[in-house]
Amino acid sequence: MMSPNQSDPKPITADTFLRGIWEENPVFVMLLGMCPVLAVTNSVLNGLAMGLATIFVLLCSSALVSSLRHLIPKQVRIATYIIIIATFVTIVDYVIQAISLDLYNSLGAFIQLIVVNCIILGRAEAYASKHRVTKSLVNSLGMGVGFTIALLCLGAVRELLGNGTLLGYQVFADSFQPWAIMVLPPGGFFVLAMWLLLFSWLKKRREHVELEGSGAADGI
Amino acid sequence: MNDENQTPASSVQQPSSKSLIATMGGIATLSGLLVVVVYQATLPAILENRRLAIERAIFTVIPGAVSRRDFVIGEHGILPAAQNTGGTQIYAGYDGDGALAGVAVEAAAQGYQDIIRILYGYSGKCQCITGITVLESKETPGLGDKIAKDPEFLDNFDALDGKLNENGTGLLHVIVTVKHGKKKHPWEIDSISGATVSSKAIGKMLNESAQRLFPKLVANFSAFEQRETDDVPESE
Repeated sequence: MMSPNQSDPKPITADTFLRGIWEENPVFVMLLGMCPVLAVTNSVLNGLAMGLATIFVLLCSSALVSSLRHLIPKQVRIATYIIIIATFVTIVDYVIQAISLDLYNSLGAFIQLIVVNCIILGRAEAYASKHRVTKSLVNSLGMGVGFTIALLCLGAVRELLGNGTLLGYQVFADSFQPWAIMVLPPGGFFVLAMWLLLFSWLKKRREHVELEGSGAADGI
Repeated sequence: MNDENQTPASSVQQPSSKSLIATMGGIATLSGLLVVVVYQATLPAILENRRLAIERAIFTVIPGAVSRRDFVIGEHGILPAAQNTGGTQIYAGYDGDGALAGVAVEAAAQGYQDIIRILYGYSGKCQCITGITVLESKETPGLGDKIAKDPEFLDNFDALDGKLNENGTGLLHVIVTVKHGKKKHPWEIDSISGATVSSKAIGKMLNESAQRLFPKLVANFSAFEQRETDDVPESE
């Protein structure tokens, strides 16, 4: 077996964690895991629960994949990853049922569908299978937190406009007429589009500023 | 062609089928073990949650109920659910003194989006429906889903008339959903404006269930009364 230093020479940096939150945000930058993002974000609580469930599965599967990476033959790696991920999804499924049936019912089939969330398989294949356990954990946590932040961003806007509440607390006066469309499936697409617009605008603006800063844009 | 394809593979040292199977088997065993452990650990909490959820629903639709007992209504009449005879599940609710407060039954019908499932309470004393609670609905938020929350709509079911006809074969008056503000009789349901389809679904499922079950219930109400004092099955 190779020593950790040989297989993975680079140390853990802040970037290992932050990458998933901003630069490679799974939702806003990589557009991964769209199915739960659109489906369960009709309230902040649902988004939070889905985010936490995904973080748990991500962390556990990354840790296991990373610690078994020298034992898993290349030919059966995807099948193995799927078994590992499905195991932790089943565990999350039972735990959520034990915590709250209401929450379980409102998340519906999307708990089970975490199995096919490409963020998790992506992490296992692209990162955990090549890096040591601690580094994989830090990176997965970053990705999971980035995913949860994205779910919360969507959930907050949709719940606020579609229901007039935030985390169940009334925000607007009674005279506010909720935009029911926001908690319906189309609302998910609208709000996601708005956030993507905001993100690409921020990115464009930063690139523009950098260009001007380097003097390249002076002549234009 | 074949030789060319095999060259890189054989140079990378192909693992044997045995080791592939061993890896998969090992991981699957580990996975099975984990799932079983978690299942066993969470099972009591899950069952308790389910019990609480069903009791909360039952106590909502049967005013005054504090304890419950499960029965099944089928070909053999009304029997305790433990006897596993098959049929429609009925929950009997008892008040603090152990007297029958009412029974709760599930009903379902097609709504606007999907099947709506409700639990409703029925009291033999007034021969009326004493409350409903929605168990499952995918009705449009802001419109159809009001059937679960709208207080004005739920007031319809405080004492919805379910009296039997003279022969005791069906309802005296058909339970029916009427247009918003047009309710005149105690067997009519005042619909929610903007949620007509969902309101009508509630009326339809209540009527179907009542026509089928109330005659049997009224004839066999003693089955519930007998059992609330002792757990010993009836023997003749």
